[in-house]
Amino acid sequence: MEKADVVIVGAGHGGAQCAIALRQSGFEGTIAVIGREPEYPYERPPLSKEYFAREKTFDRLYIRPPTFWAEKDVEFLLDTEVTAVDPAAHQVTLRDGSTVGYSKLVWATGGDPRRLSCPGSDLAGVYAVRTRQDCDLLMAEVDAGTRDIVVIGGGYIGLEAAAVLTKLGCNVTLLEALPRVLARVAGEELAEFYQKEHRDHGVDLRTDVGVEAFEGDGHKVTGVKLSDGEVIPAQAVIVGIGIVPAVGALILAGAAGANGVDVDEYCRTSLDDVYAIGDCAAFACDFAGGQVMRVESVQNANDMATCVAKHICGDSKPYHAFPWFWSNQFDLRLQTAGINAGFDSTVVRGDPEARSFSVVYLKEGKVLALDCVNATKDYVQGRKLVEAGAHPDLSELADAEKPLKELL
Amino acid sequence: MKVVFVTADGDRKEVQARAGTNLLALGQASGMPLEGTCEGQMACSTCHVVIGKDWFSKLEAASEEEEDMLDLAAGVTAHSRLSCQIDLSDNLDGIEVHMPGLWHDMQIG
Ligand SMILES: Cc1cc2nc3c(=O)[nH]c(=O)nc-3n(C[C@H](O)[C@H](O)[C@H](O)COP(=O)(O)OP(=O)(O)OC[C@H]3O[C@@H](n4cnc5c(N)ncnc54)[C@H](O)[C@@H]3O)c2cc1C
Ligand code: FES
Repeated sequence: MEKADVVIVGAGHGGAQCAIALRQSGFEGTIAVIGREPEYPYERPPLSKEYFAREKTFDRLYIRPPTFWAEKDVEFLLDTEVTAVDPAAHQVTLRDGSTVGYSKLVWATGGDPRRLSCPGSDLAGVYAVRTRQDCDLLMAEVDAGTRDIVVIGGGYIGLEAAAVLTKLGCNVTLLEALPRVLARVAGEELAEFYQKEHRDHGVDLRTDVGVEAFEGDGHKVTGVKLSDGEVIPAQAVIVGIGIVPAVGALILAGAAGANGVDVDEYCRTSLDDVYAIGDCAAFACDFAGGQVMRVESVQNANDMATCVAKHICGDSKPYHAFPWFWSNQFDLRLQTAGINAGFDSTVVRGDPEARSFSVVYLKEGKVLALDCVNATKDYVQGRKLVEAGAHPDLSELADAEKPLKELL
Repeated sequence: MKVVFVTADGDRKEVQARAGTNLLALGQASGMPLEGTCEGQMACSTCHVVIGKDWFSKLEAASEEEEDMLDLAAGVTAHSRLSCQIDLSDNLDGIEVHMPGLWHDMQIG
């Protein structure tokens, strides 16, 4: 292929949705999606949930059936990657040296798993969970009899993986470097709740622990050595300590960005005709007081994709989509609304012991965000409180019998 | 079995489906503008559809969670459902599924 009107780099959530939204907006030009993975776009969240637990087969993960793309005249170049961008010539270079020209470029590359740099981190048996391939390798390990697994990192992905593995009968140790899990995304109440749940389900969950090295037999990992010298035996290790945005080629081409690539309110980078969306894009988030941040969620990837598709079609609206997220662990359904960045107080509604409750995050009395565990009503109604920037009465807020919609 | 999707503009699209197929997946594969962002985890309600009146009562009742989630959808009517929560069964042969939008305008207009 020599050229496409819109070239989308990255065939994940954002890339797929951008192509879909372009066609839905009536875009008739050519669209090419370039993806590093061999698969047509699929959903990533099940990789630490239903797919990992074998409750869903891979064909149910496709964002659209593979035949859909040809019907919509969206061309895919898979199993290759963009290695360079030439913004002046409006073209990208692929791994094999070939080039593809663009009128508009949409960078939707997500991120690559952050690796630990300690000794032994290149041993076999050390995994990340970002792609289908990662997940399949890990599942093959479990099938081959691996039972002792160490999960490093107590973010949502690590916790979800630990929950699934426990259910599959593995002995799981979860190591978190900070004093509590979910430290980057949630408050203490939610973290403590999940820590207890995991321990009750048999996970050996340890916080405040440093990893010194991976031990191995010369080929494969055999254990994880902690800073205090203890070695936890493991035939497999999952490292879930976040991602590094995959923006190297774009930054080299001159795009501005420190943590990912910077975009404006229409998801435009500092390069002409180049947009960036999803996990790799840093933007001033209206729901976090204008703080520049990346948001790693399907919601954000999809809504930014739609914003860009509309902008390309001449229907420009600044990106202002409501942030939400979900996580499934054991039989617990967490739904989060808003972004809690900068909160100064929390109110718990309901009883965590009953395994159905919400944590409301406030700043100077204004509702910023909610984490709702098995509490869909609070999620739905609380979302409206966040959108309205409500300042509810705190004792009413704490009264789980009082529907949140009455506090608007 | 047959499913009839009706777009917001009133266009009808008949598609064949097998019992057991998820309605959201079928709608998406048929090119309907159903985003289904959360893949059926009931966190988004972007899979909202309005079921034809004659068919609505043939569906299994919505769970409380689904009812709650419908509060977030735009253009909700008495026959609104989350398509991600519906698996097709043989007794639904011919079911009419409307995309919200104009349908909503018709309801209130
Ligand atoms: C295990 C797991 C569980 C998750 N659970 C949830 C959840 O419950 N809820 C939620 O909201 N979010 C969840 N997320 C996050 C969510 O999946 C991401 O936010 C979302 O995928 C971001 O979409 P994206 O398009 O930005 O990136 P991605 O979906 O990661 O797609 C980027 C694609 O670009 C490719 N790529 C990278 N560089 C290049 C290049 N140079 N050339 C070509 N292709 C390239 C990558 O290989 C990848 O396929 C989860 C993520 C993971 C990994
Ligand atoms: S797909 Fe999100 S609620 Fe149906």
